[in-house]
Amino acid sequence: MSDTNAQQIITGQVWVFGDEINTDNMAPGIYFKEPMDVRAQHCLEAVDPDFAANVKPSDIIVGGKNFGVGSAREQAAMAFQYLGVGAILAESFSRIFYRNAINFGLPLLIFPAADEIEAGQLLEVDPVAGSVKNLTSGQAWQVEGIPEHLMEMINAGGLMPWLAKKYAVND
Amino acid sequence: MAQTLVQKIIARAAGRESVRTGEIVTCQVDLALLLDSGGPRRIWPRLKELGVGVWNPDKIVLMTDHFVPAVDPQSAAILKLTREFAAEFGIKKFFDMEGIGHVVLAEQGLLQPGMFCVGGDSHSTNGGAFGCYMAGFGAIEMTGVTVTGEIWLQVPETIRVNWEGNIQRGVAAKDMSLYLCRELGMANAFRAIEFGGSTVAAMAMAERMVLTNMATELGAETGLVTPDETTLAAIRAAGVEPAADALDWRSDADAAFLATHEFDATSLIPQVAAPHKPSNGGPADDYCSVQIDQAYIGACVGAKLSDLHMVAEVLKGRKVSRATRLLVAPSSKRTMAEAAADGTLATIVEAGATLLPTGCGACAGLGAGVLAEDEVCISSTNRNFQGRMGANSSQVYLASPYTVAASAVMGHIADPRELLF
Repeated sequence: MSDTNAQQIITGQVWVFGDEINTDNMAPGIYFKEPMDVRAQHCLEAVDPDFAANVKPSDIIVGGKNFGVGSAREQAAMAFQYLGVGAILAESFSRIFYRNAINFGLPLLIFPAADEIEAGQLLEVDPVAGSVKNLTSGQAWQVEGIPEHLMEMINAGGLMPWLAKKYAVND
Repeated sequence: MAQTLVQKIIARAAGRESVRTGEIVTCQVDLALLLDSGGPRRIWPRLKELGVGVWNPDKIVLMTDHFVPAVDPQSAAILKLTREFAAEFGIKKFFDMEGIGHVVLAEQGLLQPGMFCVGGDSHSTNGGAFGCYMAGFGAIEMTGVTVTGEIWLQVPETIRVNWEGNIQRGVAAKDMSLYLCRELGMANAFRAIEFGGSTVAAMAMAERMVLTNMATELGAETGLVTPDETTLAAIRAAGVEPAADALDWRSDADAAFLATHEFDATSLIPQVAAPHKPSNGGPADDYCSVQIDQAYIGACVGAKLSDLHMVAEVLKGRKVSRATRLLVAPSSKRTMAEAAADGTLATIVEAGATLLPTGCGACAGLGAGVLAEDEVCISSTNRNFQGRMGANSSQVYLASPYTVAASAVMGHIADPRELLF
């Protein structure tokens, strides 16, 4: 497997969401029996009906407190991965959503200044350095970065592809 | 740099002198608990996909508890596959139908202060009562651990919770836990809760495990109790010698806690959590008008020997009300044997209770004792989310074993102190 999907800097347009966006919002239970592409089209529809149809690859989600609160359903993180979301920044995350997202290959940063960012602005995120630049407003922030070895897993596409790659190399 | 207990354990497991809170590190796992629920049936297909085996069969502990005993061909197949997994990978610490995993770990002396342990079940926090790190993870992460023996985590902040004074007769650790769910809320993600104070210092291990078990209801990464002589005695009672450095595992005196909460145990009265979440409730007294269809003693958190002793203390010389039913599913085979030997089971059965097999049972809606539409149950288990214990419209109240037993006698929710004085 090559490193074609490896990327250290993510640049994308911002989608802003508020506090306590829950996993039912991200992956509504009534669509659980539908395939991934259908489930993803309903991601966050209760909060923003335009999101799923209009989000572009590498767009960046900015959320408030306890982002991903709720059940352990991994479909929530999978929906963002499927839609090509580049990174998620939030004031805080629920523990299980946070871990699921990283394990499905999504970079997540705890970002206290979420309320200083507006929808539609262009952000540049270096998840390893923990640096966030608002290319629209010129503001810049420094937060805790994701260690390189964890980023290696994220760049591989998540835990399972990373393990597959690791053990293929060892063979 | 001053460190909390959880920081010290994580630093050791990450091969570091110290770690900062918020930092992400990779830890080497000392013990991985796999259960029939999210264990081999989810992990084995992924191992096949990867073409790999397990990293170290001696560090994996495998238990069957969620689907035991089998009630249909599906649960029988899950148990069969779990047994085949143990044989295929040479897992010697395989405990088949011996009891609920979190309880059997303690009984077998498999937990030592300072260990870094993970489990494929949210109530894995139970193990933190031994002064080790133990937290729950999803099946995909447990697959990663099974293959690599390591896991990444973000070093949590610690909230210190001190309970002071003697608890009243008829009040138990479960009441403290339900009270805490309301006081601290259920959104303490990425935080460890360290329980201390004179009340906790005086508690037996079984009661300390109730506090750490329900740390997961607080949303916490894990719950811990600083190891002391009680911890060492529990390890010795399991036939294992405590680690030489066991008592060294404690937070530094000047360690920084995110918050420190002080609670007065002397004024705590019996609590219940009302449907449909553990943080929803109040004093048992406020719910005396609630008639119950079923009283249930079970689960890792609420059916150990000490819990059955509480039940027997209330039931002694009394009968379960004809208006309700009392089901008792002891937490482990050993609990069952000890309760049989000391007369506790006889007292419970003579009072009219129905004895169920050991296992997770109705707590997770998997075994005997599930509820019909609109039925009301009071339960010594740890979660009362809607539909968890049966039909969607069923109503589950959580309480201590004392309160569940008193309610079984009265036929409605009752404060056990009325029967104990």
